[in-house]
Amino acid sequence: MEPITTFSAKCVALPNENIDTDQIIPARFLKATDKAGMGDHLFADWRYDADGQPNPDFVLNRPEVQGAQVLIGGNNFGCGSSREHAPWALQGYGFRAVISTYFANIFNNNALKVGLLPIVVDTETYYELVSMVEEDPTTAVTVDLTQQTLTLPDGRKIAFPIEPFAKHCLVNGVDQLGFLMGEEPAINSYESQHMPRIRTTD
Amino acid sequence: MSTPQTLFEKIWNSHLVQPQTDATPAVLYIDLHLVHEVTSPQAFTELRERGLAVRHPDRTLATMDHSTPTTPRGSDGIIPVTDPQARAQLTQLETNCADFGIPLYRLGSENQGIVHVIGPEQGLTQPGMTIVCGDSHTSTHGAFGALAFGIGTSEVGHVLATQCLLQSQPKSCEVRIDGTLHPGVTAKDIILAVIAQIGIGGGTGYVFEYTGSAIRSLSMEERMTICNMSIEAGARAGLIAPDETTFAYLKGRPHAPQGADWETAVAYWRTLPSDAGATYDHTIVLDAEQLTPMITYGTNPGMGMPVTGHVPDPAQATDPSQRMALDKALHYMGLEPGQQLLGKPVDVVFLGSCTNSRISDLRLAAEMLKGLRVAPSVRMLVVPGSQQVKRQAEAEGLDDIFRAAGAEWREAGCSMCIAMNGDELLPGQYAVSTSNRNFEGRQGKGGRTFLASPLTATATAITGVVTDVRELLVQAI
Ligand code: SF4
Repeated sequence: MEPITTFSAKCVALPNENIDTDQIIPARFLKATDKAGMGDHLFADWRYDADGQPNPDFVLNRPEVQGAQVLIGGNNFGCGSSREHAPWALQGYGFRAVISTYFANIFNNNALKVGLLPIVVDTETYYELVSMVEEDPTTAVTVDLTQQTLTLPDGRKIAFPIEPFAKHCLVNGVDQLGFLMGEEPAINSYESQHMPRIRTTD
Repeated sequence: MSTPQTLFEKIWNSHLVQPQTDATPAVLYIDLHLVHEVTSPQAFTELRERGLAVRHPDRTLATMDHSTPTTPRGSDGIIPVTDPQARAQLTQLETNCADFGIPLYRLGSENQGIVHVIGPEQGLTQPGMTIVCGDSHTSTHGAFGALAFGIGTSEVGHVLATQCLLQSQPKSCEVRIDGTLHPGVTAKDIILAVIAQIGIGGGTGYVFEYTGSAIRSLSMEERMTICNMSIEAGARAGLIAPDETTFAYLKGRPHAPQGADWETAVAYWRTLPSDAGATYDHTIVLDAEQLTPMITYGTNPGMGMPVTGHVPDPAQATDPSQRMALDKALHYMGLEPGQQLLGKPVDVVFLGSCTNSRISDLRLAAEMLKGLRVAPSVRMLVVPGSQQVKRQAEAEGLDDIFRAAGAEWREAGCSMCIAMNGDELLPGQYAVSTSNRNFEGRQGKGGRTFLASPLTATATAITGVVTDVRELLVQAI
């Protein structure tokens, strides 16, 4: 995975609460066996009308938001299913980070695994950002993962939390599966001390 | 004396390959990994690209459930798969399981079914285990006192390759429900009431442990219904301490321990319940006596109320985001503030999903439907959770009752819970569904879902309108 340190990007706001993974990518698009093209189905039921044409009222279809790489979403973003297709679709569309006041657990884990940054801010900052973007669609922020700061257009720096290990992996491009494989001696020793509780192959 | 521990802490601590540090999450050992066609293909691709094997095919089991059709078999006994994408996904799972040596319950085979129905049914789900699956409703297995939770596809790859996961320790929350349920009120109503009370983000970061006399008196299938929907409150997992009910359910199942091993296992399982004096980070209390049949009116499982209730008015919401969310939900659902759902005509009744598709759910529905008919305006689908549930129901003649009533009797699978297999609502249609999610479009683009118990769903199928099942029960007496 490409290391992530700092980037600046335009924001787009979708200030609904509880944006669930069925909205991020509806289940009928989960029949794929690879990750290609997921970005086309991002928010499909909001983004396209019954004939498959872009719905002009949906924010991602407005010309002024094109090129945005940071999504601002309402509280409890990514609730619902465990589908990693949700962060794949967001990333496939071009998003590099999502800002919210709260992320659902599994979405948060999945996003960190694929290098889509979930950035938690306080409610006040959230509402401020939403109104800034609504007033000026060219609003951009700078994300600095190393420093764990979000720089607003007026220069204010807001600190955001991130799990230390996830940060280490993202900043250094560390592959988590590789890290786990490195635990093999400990896994062997655990297994030698514990009887397997079940065997599915019997 | 050692520090008192909760059930969750006991399982967590006994599965630590490496403890959590300030810099790294814990390495947690996984006893059982369940796999299905939708969230696994990209993980197998990753394994192939890296030249890795599956570390423990013998602790892994695959089934086909999500994208599988539930349409009745052809005269050749085969369930036809007409959607080319679904067929490709199912074939891919066959290939992956064959290449990596993983046992697979193929579509239509003896043991196939919804992943969260088959684990318990086969006796694979046992107290004290860690269980994961690329599916958020893995929380279902917590009913046995196992730590069970959903993971993403990257993590599916991690478990396939190493049988371990990197995890930070969640916090614990006791959800205590004491008292006796009134007739017509079920496990499904308990969990819908919990979620309505705390909201769909109310459990984020926590593992729930359900305790109290109301929980203790539930059967295993009812406990599974409760744990299944823990995730709808945002909880990582939901647990119930194992007891005699648990042991009686497991005894004699194909993968349950046998003979002397059974005694050893039960002795161990008895050590698992939370110790007296163990503490939780948070506690939620509900009184079973106060509960009534529940129904959801909105577009997330937290938007629920008693079936006799009135749809809330967004104007009364104090928080602007909540007002907007409620406004949007009512608009999608085509409902007015203050409206009652009782008496509202519905188009479809769906009895199925990993929440409510077990034999006891089907028995309850059949008992109520016996000698009656589904209202002519309603399409009722009855979808057993597994081939085994289906065979059992047929042996008891339940399928005849459903057919005679005018309901559709289907093959096992996720069906209209997720609308990616051909079973779906049409735009604008209303359904009372025994599944677990009422998100926009979840049961088909533009479809509108009211979540409820199998009893409420069946009562609604009979009358054709949203019904308080207690009224039918009164008539029956
Ligand atoms: S029945 Fe529904 S919730 Fe359960 S595993 Fe299938 S799709 Fe998921």
